Amino acid sequence: MELFIIVLLPLIGAVSNGIVTVINAARGKQVWGEKTAGVIAFGAVAASFVISVYMVFVKLAHSEAISQTAYQWMAVGGLKLSITFMLDHISAVMLLVVTGVSSVIHFYSIGYIHGDESSVRYFSYLNLFVFAMLLLILGDSMPLMFVGWEGVGLCSYLLIGFWYKDEEKAIAGKKAFIVNRIGDFGFLLGMFLIFANIGSLTIADVNHYFHANPGMTFFWINVTAICLFIGATGKSAQIPLYVWLPDAMAGPTPVSALIHAATMVTAGVYMVCRFHGLFLAAPIAMHVVLWIGALTAFFSATIAIFQNDIKKVLAYSTVSQLGFMFMAAGAGAFAIALFHLMTHAFFKACLFLGSGSVIHGMSGEQDIRFMGGLKSKMPHTYWTFLVATIAIAGFPPFAAFFSKDEILWNVFASEYGNKIVWVIGAIAALFTAFYMFRLVYLTFFGEFRGTHEQEHHLHESPKTMTVPLMILAVLSTIGGWIGIPKLLSLGFIPNVLEHYLEHAVSKYGEVHLHHYSHSIEYGLMGLSVAIAIAGWFFAKRKYAAIKGQLPDPATYKGISKLLYNKYWIDELYMKIVVNPLKSLSTNVFLNITDKRLIDGVANGSASSWGRVAMMFSKLQTGNIQSYGFYMIVGAALAVAFIWIIF
Amino acid sequence: MGLISWTLLIPLAGAGLMMFIPGRNLKDGEGASMFGWIALIISVLAMIVSIPLLTGFENGTAAYQFVEKITWIPEFGLDYHVGVDGISILIILLTTLMMPFAILGSFKYIQKRKKDYYIWLLLLEFTMLGALVALNLFIFYIFWELMLIPMFFLIGIWGGPRRIYATVKFVLFTVIGSLMMLVGIIYLALMAKQQLGAFTFTFSELTKLNLPIQPQLWLFAAFALAFAIKVPMFPFHTWLPDAHVEAPTAGSVILAGVLLKMGGYGFVRLAIPMFPQAAVQAAPILQLLAVIGIVYGACLALAQSDLKKLVAYSSISHLGYVMLGMFALTPEAIQGAILQMVNHGISTGALFLLVGMIYERRHTREIADFGGLAYRLPVFSVAFMIITLSSVALPGTNGFVGEFLILLGTFKGAWAYFVAQASIFRLVLMVLASTGVILGAFYMLWMVQRVFFGPLENEKNKALKDLSLREMIVLVPFIIAVFYIGVAPQGCLNKMEASVTHYIAEYQPDVLKQYKIDPKIEHAETPAETELHEPEAEAHH
Repeated sequence: MELFIIVLLPLIGAVSNGIVTVINAARGKQVWGEKTAGVIAFGAVAASFVISVYMVFVKLAHSEAISQTAYQWMAVGGLKLSITFMLDHISAVMLLVVTGVSSVIHFYSIGYIHGDESSVRYFSYLNLFVFAMLLLILGDSMPLMFVGWEGVGLCSYLLIGFWYKDEEKAIAGKKAFIVNRIGDFGFLLGMFLIFANIGSLTIADVNHYFHANPGMTFFWINVTAICLFIGATGKSAQIPLYVWLPDAMAGPTPVSALIHAATMVTAGVYMVCRFHGLFLAAPIAMHVVLWIGALTAFFSATIAIFQNDIKKVLAYSTVSQLGFMFMAAGAGAFAIALFHLMTHAFFKACLFLGSGSVIHGMSGEQDIRFMGGLKSKMPHTYWTFLVATIAIAGFPPFAAFFSKDEILWNVFASEYGNKIVWVIGAIAALFTAFYMFRLVYLTFFGEFRGTHEQEHHLHESPKTMTVPLMILAVLSTIGGWIGIPKLLSLGFIPNVLEHYLEHAVSKYGEVHLHHYSHSIEYGLMGLSVAIAIAGWFFAKRKYAAIKGQLPDPATYKGISKLLYNKYWIDELYMKIVVNPLKSLSTNVFLNITDKRLIDGVANGSASSWGRVAMMFSKLQTGNIQSYGFYMIVGAALAVAFIWIIF
Repeated sequence: MGLISWTLLIPLAGAGLMMFIPGRNLKDGEGASMFGWIALIISVLAMIVSIPLLTGFENGTAAYQFVEKITWIPEFGLDYHVGVDGISILIILLTTLMMPFAILGSFKYIQKRKKDYYIWLLLLEFTMLGALVALNLFIFYIFWELMLIPMFFLIGIWGGPRRIYATVKFVLFTVIGSLMMLVGIIYLALMAKQQLGAFTFTFSELTKLNLPIQPQLWLFAAFALAFAIKVPMFPFHTWLPDAHVEAPTAGSVILAGVLLKMGGYGFVRLAIPMFPQAAVQAAPILQLLAVIGIVYGACLALAQSDLKKLVAYSSISHLGYVMLGMFALTPEAIQGAILQMVNHGISTGALFLLVGMIYERRHTREIADFGGLAYRLPVFSVAFMIITLSSVALPGTNGFVGEFLILLGTFKGAWAYFVAQASIFRLVLMVLASTGVILGAFYMLWMVQRVFFGPLENEKNKALKDLSLREMIVLVPFIIAVFYIGVAPQGCLNKMEASVTHYIAEYQPDVLKQYKIDPKIEHAETPAETELHEPEAEAHH
């Protein structure tokens, strides 16, 4: 019952605001406006959060899982599906992160969306997103998860294209949906493979089956896992399907923070953790996850270094951080993947909301080349942004230090890990620190490079926006403390997270770490800190004391040109996939096969029959002599025929 | 007289009555709109009478229900023999439920010869229902052919500029198919005389015939051609876009909503049960054609610049799924296919209504003439968006349930063949078919973007009016159906379950029957499964 309330509250918010949007539009007057809409939306999510806290800390405190069923959804042949929600320790972590961060961002949105004519619609979409996300998290079977999975994709589509009058934004939304659909295609095939083999699609059955020495062959187990992972690369923006996420920044900034940083994009990571029973039975797939994660982390970090749009930098940073999470999952450290997912939700939401505050203050400007010196004008935004930057860069004792260090350690030491991947990850971490501090220096330090008008309007954002920033900054600072490794705390501070997830993620197979001495472990940890410092140092040297205008990207040459243009991957996809498909459809299928070939045969046979008939109709002359002649010829032929036969 | 006869009689008698009301050439202001209202009342009556068919339908049995049988010419085995079962019930209800909305949707669109128009529409309802309830092959054939006549006039008189070309093409294509079927029917009757001692056309008798494989294949081909043209399957589909584009809105709605279902219904009711071995042999070919239809229809939809043509090509793609599922011969896929026929009726029917509404306002359907409509027509856009999502099979809408069951069941069948014969042909087909989910999203959302988003630039679009109350009343039931079937499809699935189970037991090939899922899972302790049937169960370990 309680789980249903958690899920349904945001839906009620979404539907009521949605209906009001339609009525407002149809009748031309307001049933209720942005204030009420905002309060309803925030209230629904906040209530969900409160009930979630109760469920996780009270009801789930002494049990491994709670599952609640509503009704039978589809029961056909061998398929038995019900609407059942399951809360276990894995979904509990995700549930708290999502409802918690959502509440903060809904609150922020009230200030952010103020004055927009479509604010009611905005809150409706935002609530609908939370509803879909909760379905994804709590659904106990793959199809129910898939409902949420595509539902969040829909909301992402709607929210990216929220300001649809700008066609660019509508196109970005569409792109997100279609690229996600490519991933979903993989998810579906994986689901079908599982169903054809085990006849059940509940998460528990799937994990159990693959853990308990399955009858499926090694090859097909790996294929299944890779199919699911294709789904994850779509949703979580990994190579080769990451291209939609940077474009998704066209949406309102709170949406970028909530959907395209903190929650939805982590669904792929969550899914891999959810099905760890399957992935642990598929070592090749684990390597794929590890490598794709590492390569994505690395390449998107390189792109982030050369972007000038404040949100684009953060977008590529998100892609990169998601890569880190997949590295953890690929190394078998599922708890650590979830740990980084959580810390990332805090600091990246903080960064995005901070960027929203900056853009707000800059009257819509997003290009960091025209910022600078905002430190004194927007102190709250600056401080919170700085804290989150320190956190993502990996300085102790901020959140990401613990999670990122654990990821690198696991990649280094796990039986699924790999030293080369570790090196790639370490370099990506260095780049992370570098591009983040570049962002901070260019935005908040030096002298102001924008127009006078912008300088005149420059102001700190209202409380509704800065308070959420502070909350998230605090979480970015202390969020990592629930996962302090024993090596550092020497056993004095318990590793709460590890302890909490321990059983849930090792239920279907343990992952062994190779044995290394403590000194190596300490050494690697020190190296992590050194990397963060190095990144900060280089960024400071290059950008702290910048004077005058920054170069136009059009003048970029060589590697910076390549990276600024994101390796021209979008253009490549257009050239080799989208355009050929369109031209094949129009030039071959429509104009040749359909019009010439099929219709040609059909119409051709009709008209040739017509011609034959015309030919015979010429015999009907109306002339008695001709008819007489035909009769004689006919009779003669008949006689000849009979004569030949007999 | 039973319920079914009443359902049949009302539109027929209503059409007959309307003939006697004078006013054929009345103009709009002179009271011609009364014909619309009369037709609406008649169709609502038919709808009301048909509802007990659904509520009184017994779920647990595969037998025909509400059966009526009146002997007509016993020497030739010709009876008036009607009934419904789990396979036909939903499509019948779809027909009777959709008709009032199709009529209501044409109030504004049709401006000439209103009386004739509504008479033909009611006759169309009568013939379609007749074909769906017939249990005698001969009666079925009569209705099957009769269906063409109202459609012929509906497109030919009230259609667009190229209506004559479109009607001729539509009639020629279908008649060629039907003639083959007629030959098959006569041959079957002769076989019945030979084997059973008397002429018979009763479905259940004909399925008992013992036909050698060679004639079976020929007969199957004859029937399949007729049905494949009606569906329409690739490469017999080219009549459909022309017919749709030229047809008046209600014509398109009924064409997409019900008429095309006759093809799929024919396969599942006649072609497969009467010639099971032939059907199993031909299944890979039909599945191949179905998959080509899915991908090819989607690609062509992508290439269209006319809204209505785009929807028409999307129909070809969607019906490809239906045929794919039908020939998978697994319970999941067949139930999915039958449900998808209903779903396609709902979503494509609604899409044609919506396209008709915008055409009435702008007298154009060119996508390029629009852009930014969401700003000017918010309610219309919301309705269009919801139906679009149903069409791209977004989970939570009806389209997902159908497509998901079809693909799931088809994959299971393909996997069984892979395990038994190591042939990957069907698996490859499956993967290709699944690409339809990507292409479907592509062409639909691209269209939505070009029509509804972006700046509102065209001056003519700036003066458009949003939906009227009548139009909202037309659309709301479709939207409710979209979500109802999407969220709680079990009600629909229960109706067909017994019939399909029976069907599977009779006609499923051995390869599928013998396939068992990995036995290890059956003994696995799965906490979730034990609690499945106890609502609100909480597990404390």
